[in-house]
Amino acid sequence: MTDLTRLTIAEARAKLRAKEFTSAELTDAYLGAIDAANGELNAYVKVTPDKAREMAKRSDAKLAAGQGGDLEGIPLGIKDLFGTEGVHTQAASHILDGFEPRYESTVTANLWADGAVMLGKLNMDEFAMGSSNETSHYGPVKNPWRAQNSNLDLVPGGSSGGSASAVSAWLCAGATATDTGGSIRQPAAFTGTVGIKPTYGRCSRWGVVAFASSLDQAGPITRDVRDAAIMLKSMASVDEKDTTSVNIPVPDYEAAIGQSIKGMRIGIPKEYRVEGMPQEIETLWQKGIAWLKDAGAEIVDISLPHTKYALPAYYIVAPAEASSNLARYDGVRYGLRVPGKDIADMYEQTRAAGFGREVKRRIMIGTYVLSAGYYDAYYLQAQKVRTLIKKDFEDVFAAGIDTILTPATPSAAFGIADEDMAADPVKMYLNDIFTVTVNMAGLPGIAVPAGLDAKGLPLGLQLIGRPFEEETLFRTAHVIEQAAGRFEPAKWW
Amino acid sequence: MSVDLATVCRVAHLARIAVTDQEAERMTGELNAILGFVEQLGEVDVSGVEPMTSVTPMEMKKRVDAVTDGGKAEDVVANAPATDENFFLVPKVIE
Repeated sequence: MTDLTRLTIAEARAKLRAKEFTSAELTDAYLGAIDAANGELNAYVKVTPDKAREMAKRSDAKLAAGQGGDLEGIPLGIKDLFGTEGVHTQAASHILDGFEPRYESTVTANLWADGAVMLGKLNMDEFAMGSSNETSHYGPVKNPWRAQNSNLDLVPGGSSGGSASAVSAWLCAGATATDTGGSIRQPAAFTGTVGIKPTYGRCSRWGVVAFASSLDQAGPITRDVRDAAIMLKSMASVDEKDTTSVNIPVPDYEAAIGQSIKGMRIGIPKEYRVEGMPQEIETLWQKGIAWLKDAGAEIVDISLPHTKYALPAYYIVAPAEASSNLARYDGVRYGLRVPGKDIADMYEQTRAAGFGREVKRRIMIGTYVLSAGYYDAYYLQAQKVRTLIKKDFEDVFAAGIDTILTPATPSAAFGIADEDMAADPVKMYLNDIFTVTVNMAGLPGIAVPAGLDAKGLPLGLQLIGRPFEEETLFRTAHVIEQAAGRFEPAKWW
Repeated sequence: MSVDLATVCRVAHLARIAVTDQEAERMTGELNAILGFVEQLGEVDVSGVEPMTSVTPMEMKKRVDAVTDGGKAEDVVANAPATDENFFLVPKVIE
């Protein structure tokens, strides 16, 4: 029998329905692959084989009766940020040691209702703060991709590094992820996978550990565009339990795959041509433009004048919201507690021991910019700049642009423990330069693999859409995928 | 703007994170690098611009003011490091 783990979700779904194999067999194939690879890749922080087999068994009963949901029997990996009832949920942080929620996040509940099988919880940057998956309490995740003729371990990107690595290395059929500044799209680009961050308000944030509430959105990482459409359709919903969940019905995203983009107007923003950007990225971008033109789209040069201010504004808004959201980790209600001489000391010792360096750094920045005397200069100014960033997009969409094409990242994956990045936090932050504007404006964005660099590492392109027009992104990303082909790492692990 | 060691120690206390002298020293450098980076926001003319308060232009959802949940004390304390009869236990607060 062919290796079942190599099938896409769409392929596995068809074969499960045709009874070519069972979900139990598919699930066992993935559990075996995880067993063999996780010691090397460190993509999973918790594997749940018993739960997976039990869920697969239930799916098989439904499939045998010709019933079941859209994801019936499909084994998925879940980012450790999603609350899963009775199962390890720690945002890859030491401070949430032993936390097993008594509730299920809306997004994962939607997936289980559609028949998906949970393989386990995926590694990530601690509290989703990072662009390399090196801030996890559970150690770094390795990228299944390596440069040609090199044994150097590369990062899978972050914060959804476990999700991207697991999907790329065939350790799950698809994975949930979250994106606050690029945490779905950057790791997808680094691993040759597809990642979509939907419009803010499309997926419920209920039951997902909060980082920056006005920016956080859940989305899938998958092996191709169709799979992303299938998974997002299940993950997205209108949810009473999230006040920012928007009351718009979820369309059938998969139906958009294969539709023509003839006559579509694609914007190319000149501000995304940043100083020091490698020629390879520029070449890739030009290739993307040519593919879309060949498919009948009209290419239009546009300007998004406040682009360069998105990243600095983000590094005020996101830490400010994080410092507030992470105040709840106090050693009283859940997780780690370190004793102190009084209650204030207990808080301080617990948080000192429980949070890693990057998380502390962001809490400190957030606390500082919200503190008396600095609020106007930093936080208020950043929120005003955010209005301008959003207006840049509104203006081009009002002028008739349907979607915007940009590179996904300013480089391919870099090495684990890169010295430049370790020495200067801002260098690491620059990874998100092309993705963060999309979160600031609350728009949907998709990263799709578009080619390999000279060293044989994957590079991605990003498409940005109008609010709630994810279908346009799937349609256009599919055109790029058709032209570029799909990319798989050579197995070394 | 930049921060000095005393400011870092004050902010750490506000954030309830214990820091050693060495950590405070290191954080001062890191925070100043980040503050130096965000400084460029000052260039932007924001006169007459409203700060963004809602990502999606929508009215805050409201529901009827009624009890919709509850009676889950055991669930609430289930993950706490120290409890007694469904109360959280903390070090003595009042002498």
